[in-house]
Amino acid sequence: MAVRKPPITTREYWAPGHAACAGCGCATGMRLVTKAFSEAMEEKYGDPDAFAIAHATGCMEVVSAVFPYTAWKAPWIHVAFENAAAVAAGIDAAWKKKGIKGKILAFGGDGGTADIGLQALSGMLERRHNVVYVMYDNEAYMNTGIQRSSSTPYGAWTTTSPPGKYSVGEDKPKKWVALIAAAHQVPYVATASIGNPFDLVKKVKKAAKVDGPAFIQMHCTCPTGWKSPIEKSVELAKLAIETGVWPLFEIENGDFNHIKIQSPGGGAKVKREGGKVVAIEFKKPIEEYLKMQGRFKHLFKRPEAMEELRNQIKEMWKVLGVEVTLPKAEE
Amino acid sequence: MAESPFKEDIERVQKEYSEKMTLGAVAVIPGSSVVNKTGSWRVFMPEFNKDKCVRCFLCYIYCPEPAIYLDEENYPVFDYDYCKGCGICANECPTKAIVMVRETK
Amino acid sequence: MPIRTVMKANEAAAWAAKLAKPKVIAAFPITPSTLVPEKISEFVANGELDAEFIKVESEHSAISACVGASAAGVRTFTATASQGLALMHEVLFIAAGMRLPIVVAIGNRSLSAPINIWNDWQDTISERDTGWLQFYAENNQEALDLILIAYKVAENEKVLLPAMVGFDAFILTHTVEPVEIPDQELVDEFLGEYEPKHAFIDPHNPITQGTLAFPAHYMETRYLLWKANEAAKKVIDEAFAEFEKRFGRKYQKVEEYRTDDADIILVTMGSLAGTVKDYVDRAREKGIKVGAAKMTVYRPFPVEEVRELAKKAKVIALLEKNITFSVGGALFQDFSRALVNEDEKPKLVDFILGLGGRDVTFQNLDEALSIAEKALRGEKVDEVNWIGLRKEIL
Repeated sequence: MAVRKPPITTREYWAPGHAACAGCGCATGMRLVTKAFSEAMEEKYGDPDAFAIAHATGCMEVVSAVFPYTAWKAPWIHVAFENAAAVAAGIDAAWKKKGIKGKILAFGGDGGTADIGLQALSGMLERRHNVVYVMYDNEAYMNTGIQRSSSTPYGAWTTTSPPGKYSVGEDKPKKWVALIAAAHQVPYVATASIGNPFDLVKKVKKAAKVDGPAFIQMHCTCPTGWKSPIEKSVELAKLAIETGVWPLFEIENGDFNHIKIQSPGGGAKVKREGGKVVAIEFKKPIEEYLKMQGRFKHLFKRPEAMEELRNQIKEMWKVLGVEVTLPKAEE
Repeated sequence: MAESPFKEDIERVQKEYSEKMTLGAVAVIPGSSVVNKTGSWRVFMPEFNKDKCVRCFLCYIYCPEPAIYLDEENYPVFDYDYCKGCGICANECPTKAIVMVRETK
Repeated sequence: MPIRTVMKANEAAAWAAKLAKPKVIAAFPITPSTLVPEKISEFVANGELDAEFIKVESEHSAISACVGASAAGVRTFTATASQGLALMHEVLFIAAGMRLPIVVAIGNRSLSAPINIWNDWQDTISERDTGWLQFYAENNQEALDLILIAYKVAENEKVLLPAMVGFDAFILTHTVEPVEIPDQELVDEFLGEYEPKHAFIDPHNPITQGTLAFPAHYMETRYLLWKANEAAKKVIDEAFAEFEKRFGRKYQKVEEYRTDDADIILVTMGSLAGTVKDYVDRAREKGIKVGAAKMTVYRPFPVEEVRELAKKAKVIALLEKNITFSVGGALFQDFSRALVNEDEKPKLVDFILGLGGRDVTFQNLDEALSIAEKALRGEKVDEVNWIGLRKEIL
């Protein structure tokens, strides 16, 4: 039997021995994104190492770079929470002047991107730096111990959005930074997930190869913050896609009229008109995704909140130009 | 026997490791985190049955450490020095070639 | 040949940047510094300066981009003032901690609230604990020269610290004065290329910058910053000496004026030093034994020079455009530190004046001097005195 080839480079830029929690979906994200980036750099510049990483303060930063050790095998810099995009812009400018061929990869969590780093991100995108910004979205401030961010989904428990007599948990809709990024009309914006690694790798490579800025919002499981079983990190991320909670899409050059929607799988029926996805009939109820996570436990006793979450997911899909039907879980 | 892709890093850090404070607290040895043998965190360990493996690479792709590398025939090799025992590999394995068993130390 | 011309301090700062040839500049407009990035934009647009000019969306991103570029191993520059510097505050500590010799030109301006665009030194003084070197210019020529010197010192391997050069809002930033622009070749020789061995972002020699340090390692990073600040004292003297040799203009950390037989020395910084020197001449004509001293370098604080200065006077009057509430001016605090264990020391009297662009007049200096004279006579005076207050509106 012939030796099968792995579908991704065996080069590693993320070394073991880092302090991420067991089952950390973001750690898988770091590893896959850098591998894909390296493949793109090899294809574009003939040099798999032709990149550097600017990292916002956050989980993946603190677990990977504790002096005198580092998990990184690519040039890597961390400066502060809100400025990874600005630091990346500075490196981009310096590399231009030094004649170094390559691309800058910036990492920020959802807090460092959707909240405190949004301004620097906007500036970097608008100025068209040669930077790919990957937001690893685990949907709360996990590094400080699970506080809500603007990227926390409706209904989720966090330490600052506890459910109670007067609270359903998080009471605001999730902010989709990918849509904000796309409004900058940059060459490439996408959402991705560790639940679909082949799609993730494809998108990272596409982002890394465009000239100018790109943005990817990557869904990453946090078993610690989501109160989910550690072995289910990938399964959960996949379920988020299959139930319609996490859309996979691409927007090129800010063309909102031609958003590319990736098929969610999970038996969902996708309706296309003129090559464009216009409707999706999901078969798996969101409850399948939610029930595995302690952060949504209370929603099962609050049908009105569950219904509101379903409505918000439908509204989000409408923004993408897709009518969705979401089944209800059978009792 | 297949070699860890981090073999050179492990050797380098053993040879060059220094706690001496650098200017700007720069960490100068790439991949030096390999000194931290996170395998000690493990409660359950993955047990691999090669006969069932179809080499789909999913365990290799998903491992967050990474504590799975590939041998000459591209079968997964489990690196128990670093495996934290999360069980994602076993959970995702389509042929149940990986099962989690309680660690016996 | 050097060019003799006239220009504002903001233009002088832009010229200094042009002469230093930074590869990356990142700046954001703010009164009174805006002319610096405007002028640099012209230089870049005309091809006179071969640099990447990043027109960032905030001062926080300006300094962050400079950190990124400096960490990648290139010379960088930015300019700001007041709220802009305050917005950079967080990253100022980081730039020093990462040992990145970024140079920032500051049009010294007050801090809000109320918002006020005029001169005092509260902006840079408030950053005195960041680990940055601080220079203060008396005039536009000094603004240009000190920026060049700041690069020379900041990039020295014994130092490797960022530096800020302050010049007073409007009094200098917007006032045209004669300035000599040094020869590019001489500046090139003076500064050399910046080729750091500790900070680079090289795909084929990957290092990790900006690590997390646990209690087992953090304190040593602070100690090394302390040592670098100490080392900078000698490096600054050497840079001043070399600058004088090459360009003919002399600088000293603490510049004295008619102090030899003085009973009272008026110590100040920035453009106020010019006013005070004139005032000393006037007072001397009246037979008052008064001298002046200017703090050209404020960080590292020149403790030894201050001790030498203190030996010459019975009273030192500190004239400062900054205030630490419930304590006094920054110079008062630092002079106290320098002199507290000296066997013989002058009395220190602190004067807070000129805040938010309030003119400092000879009348104000008369008032300060009369209080200093009281102290000289052994009369009890307040340690901290507010001069030039409009008591009628309080």
